[in-house]
Amino acid sequence: MKRADVNFLQYPYILWAGLFIFIPLVIVLWYSFTVAGADGDAVFSLENYERFLSPVYMQVLSRSAVLAVKSTFICLLIGYPAALIITRLPRMWRNTILLLLVIPMWINFLLRTYAWMVLLGRRGVLNRILEFFGLPGQEWLYTETAVLIGMVYNFLPFMVLPLYSALSRIGKETIEAAEDLGANRFVVFRRVVLPQSVPGVIAGITMVFMPAVSAFVVSALLGGGQYMLIGNLIEQQFLYVGDWHFGSSLSIIMMVVILLTMALVSLYDKGASLEGGNLW
Amino acid sequence: MVKRPVSLIYLCLIFVFLYAPIAVLIVFSFNATRSTYSWGGFSLEWYRALFQDRQIMRALYYTVLVASLSAVISAVAGTAAAVGIHRMKARIRRIFLALNNVPVLNPDIVTGISLMALFTALHLRLGFGSLLLSHITFSIPYVVLCILPKLRQLPAEVTEAAMDLGATPLYAFYRVVIPEIAPGIFTGLLIAFTLSIDDFVISFFTTGSGVNNLSIVVYSMARRGINPKINAVSTLLFAAVFILLLIINKRDAAAKQLEV
Repeated sequence: MKRADVNFLQYPYILWAGLFIFIPLVIVLWYSFTVAGADGDAVFSLENYERFLSPVYMQVLSRSAVLAVKSTFICLLIGYPAALIITRLPRMWRNTILLLLVIPMWINFLLRTYAWMVLLGRRGVLNRILEFFGLPGQEWLYTETAVLIGMVYNFLPFMVLPLYSALSRIGKETIEAAEDLGANRFVVFRRVVLPQSVPGVIAGITMVFMPAVSAFVVSALLGGGQYMLIGNLIEQQFLYVGDWHFGSSLSIIMMVVILLTMALVSLYDKGASLEGGNLW
Repeated sequence: MVKRPVSLIYLCLIFVFLYAPIAVLIVFSFNATRSTYSWGGFSLEWYRALFQDRQIMRALYYTVLVASLSAVISAVAGTAAAVGIHRMKARIRRIFLALNNVPVLNPDIVTGISLMALFTALHLRLGFGSLLLSHITFSIPYVVLCILPKLRQLPAEVTEAAMDLGATPLYAFYRVVIPEIAPGIFTGLLIAFTLSIDDFVISFFTTGSGVNNLSIVVYSMARRGINPKINAVSTLLFAAVFILLLIINKRDAAAKQLEV
């Protein structure tokens, strides 16, 4: 077939992707394995990675990981029943409910996070409500709880949507068959619904854990800079300290952590993580 | 399985959780005092202050300008790229799609710092140009992902038939392929626009020389504490998103009716 005339179309994007996607990553990798030498030249070194092994930075990494795991787990805990309930609603309602779930995600991420500053402030709405009921106001903002709430708030829809899509694909027949065979509803859930929803769970975990572990806005605004996460450390190195070599090694480490988590999670179900991506 | 009223209450609680922060912002944007604790009467004071704030207005201008430019450029470039990728040999295509997915899957902060490092290596001053280039870079992959499925649905015979009837390949492309994949292009354009408006992290690292988008201004203001002007900005943006959604929904409903 004569297609020559439009075949040229593949070349510009190959060039573009090479320059703006591939080369930047190579540069970051290069920075991570070099340090600035005495005469200003970059010298090959593993110093950046060694530095990361010191307790101060390991603590930042573990804090980020623990916080990401916590928020992923809470999202799963809140999101699973919600997704299950939505699948059982009349069809007419379902789309409206899903749309309502997505609308907050259309609002700027910064503003969504900022809104929690207004709610959680010392003289904020939450304390006002507590005082209305005669309870003492509390210090919410700039605590780990605030960061956790912010993360769950921002990432919950990423958990519910893939869960819903997996749960809604479960055929009614399989559930009815199990019931006919004498299973009670807990057995049906544990033996029929839960196993079939695993791809959704995996997609949800992937989609929440990744932004959670690399977050730096939520911790900067709601943690008030007291909760230094690996994302904040990278920001600091690039914008304030100016040590791009160390910042790059941190980025590489973060990517490795994410890749390892993905690999670990997808061991349970190969290829499932891509399904959630096709959702919208 | 779960009792009806309990499950409905549960869903309601989730929606309270999702919408309460937005509702609170909207309500307090009309508050006459700075407080987010007590109601001082209805006022449009913060909206007036907002429109007089030159920093915010400039940021708004850059946000809309960058979003429009990057959406249009990404849609055109993404269409060309999708068609190109579609015609690659399977093995090369797989490698190339993986590369295309890097900005989609990579954490934004890594995309941001890597682009910052690239622009510095190229001695490109950080500012409007680098901001626009970054937005195009992270938007094209999404446009490609929107268009590729449409191309896969398009049988090759359609193009061949057009050429058998005497169309040049280029003419067949414009008259046959483009109209068929137009819905994908439009969705890609909308996604690119939304992503650009919503982006903070990548912009934060790739802009400079006083060129800021709205997210960056909100970030620097919010770091200093609560500011009622941000409440007003949020309300206006929420209204804009809501109207946009209504338009898209109308369009979808109309399209569905046509299908029926």
